[in-house]
Amino acid sequence: MKRDAMLNLDDAVTVEGVDKSFGSVQVLRNIDLRVKKGERIVICGPSGSGKSTLIRCINGLEDHQKGRISVNGHVLTHDPKTKLQVRQDVGMVFQHFNLYPHLTVLENCALSPIKALKMPKAEAEELARHYLRKVKLSEHEHKYPVHLSGGQQQRVAIARALCMRPKVMLFDEPTSALDPELVREVLETILGLAKEGMTMLCVTHEMGFAKAVADRVVFMEDGEITASAPPAEFFHASQSPRIQSFLSHVMASV
Amino acid sequence: MSNFNELAALLPTLLEGAGVTVAVSVVSYLLALFLGLVLGLARTARLLPVRAAAAAYVQFMRGTPLLLQLFFIYYVLPYGGLILSPFQAGVLGLTLNYAAYMAEVFRAGIAAVPKGQFEAGASLALTHRQLMAYVVIPQALKIVVPPIGNFFVAIFKDSALVSVITMKDLMFTGQILASSTFMHFQIFAMVAAIYLMLSYPAAKAVEWLERRLDKQSAARAPNRRESSSPLVEAS
Repeated sequence: MKRDAMLNLDDAVTVEGVDKSFGSVQVLRNIDLRVKKGERIVICGPSGSGKSTLIRCINGLEDHQKGRISVNGHVLTHDPKTKLQVRQDVGMVFQHFNLYPHLTVLENCALSPIKALKMPKAEAEELARHYLRKVKLSEHEHKYPVHLSGGQQQRVAIARALCMRPKVMLFDEPTSALDPELVREVLETILGLAKEGMTMLCVTHEMGFAKAVADRVVFMEDGEITASAPPAEFFHASQSPRIQSFLSHVMASV
Repeated sequence: MSNFNELAALLPTLLEGAGVTVAVSVVSYLLALFLGLVLGLARTARLLPVRAAAAAYVQFMRGTPLLLQLFFIYYVLPYGGLILSPFQAGVLGLTLNYAAYMAEVFRAGIAAVPKGQFEAGASLALTHRQLMAYVVIPQALKIVVPPIGNFFVAIFKDSALVSVITMKDLMFTGQILASSTFMHFQIFAMVAAIYLMLSYPAAKAVEWLERRLDKQSAARAPNRRESSSPLVEAS
């Protein structure tokens, strides 16, 4: 593991030759992806193309069958310890927020620092308050998730992930479950993070966001990465008819 | 008339039996609750042998009569050297039997917790144990309160079966008194009344607990003061 860290000093995430199948259906085919520290990647593509599966493999929510994934030099194996290690470095935000409904906003944020990082409760709550201020939800810390709008819930989910002080953030369609008028507040929060230099991989269909934030847009179809380019290049010079048809669909729907 | 006085004189004996019924029911219920949760967790364990063993246990206990299980514990185990008092045997039988049913309820409760909750906890670096303890079980417990509470009402009546292993509970006492006084109708009517007086408060207690939990979630609606009186709200 040390050797890898030295070899890929600038890489936050390395995915090499990864294959993944659900039963007989292959959902990832020979995926190669290197993400440098501080790099912001937007992953897009038609539904069922493997985007979500790819980022879920990066924190071990899904096991990959072939190839190698490492985060900050820690290689993911089937050993649960490596998963825990990687998950301490990788925050994830889900489409459906997945806040703990039985805990307050503050408790949602403080749980993992207390249990996984063994942080004293007072310190964890201070940390939680810090990130809740950051996502502009300080006044809501004693509420339960059901009190909050979808946009607020998603911002809590972002704060909750940040409380682990992750080195990489994964976003799995963070705005797809939101009412249109709530999308902006969540995107602005993610944008703020991006500006601070957080390494991130974001699966989204928000192409405006991709243009504004991404260092690189990765296009997936049928489990393969078929294009990977800076947004200027991706949006203006993409030759592939598949990409153009995808873009016209997404743009039209916005 | 003298009939009434005679019956009144028997009441203390019946109430003593009722005390035994309450003791055996409550003790068995609490033990079954604990064992049921452990078995329910085992039913969802990651290791196949653990899952299979728990499943086999549940199938066996649900697939054979409680009466037979009690007979086995009280009359067969002594051949293996394990001699239990009627109370111990009764509690053991009820516990082992109820735990199997409770395990299924706990398993279903755990299965009813959305997959996203498991994924959120996992992605936030909780170990499997922490995930179950702080995220999944608290949510599952709330889901299972109505069915688990139902068992509390049922166990008072099912405990009547322990009378067959000579435990001097309400049922046993009633039978003895009935056959010694020949006042079958009156005695069994009293026994029935006492059982009702036991199970009715139990049912009410479960209802109260459910309502309280409902209120708790209602209090999580947009305004936390919602549970207080509307007059306070208006001010």
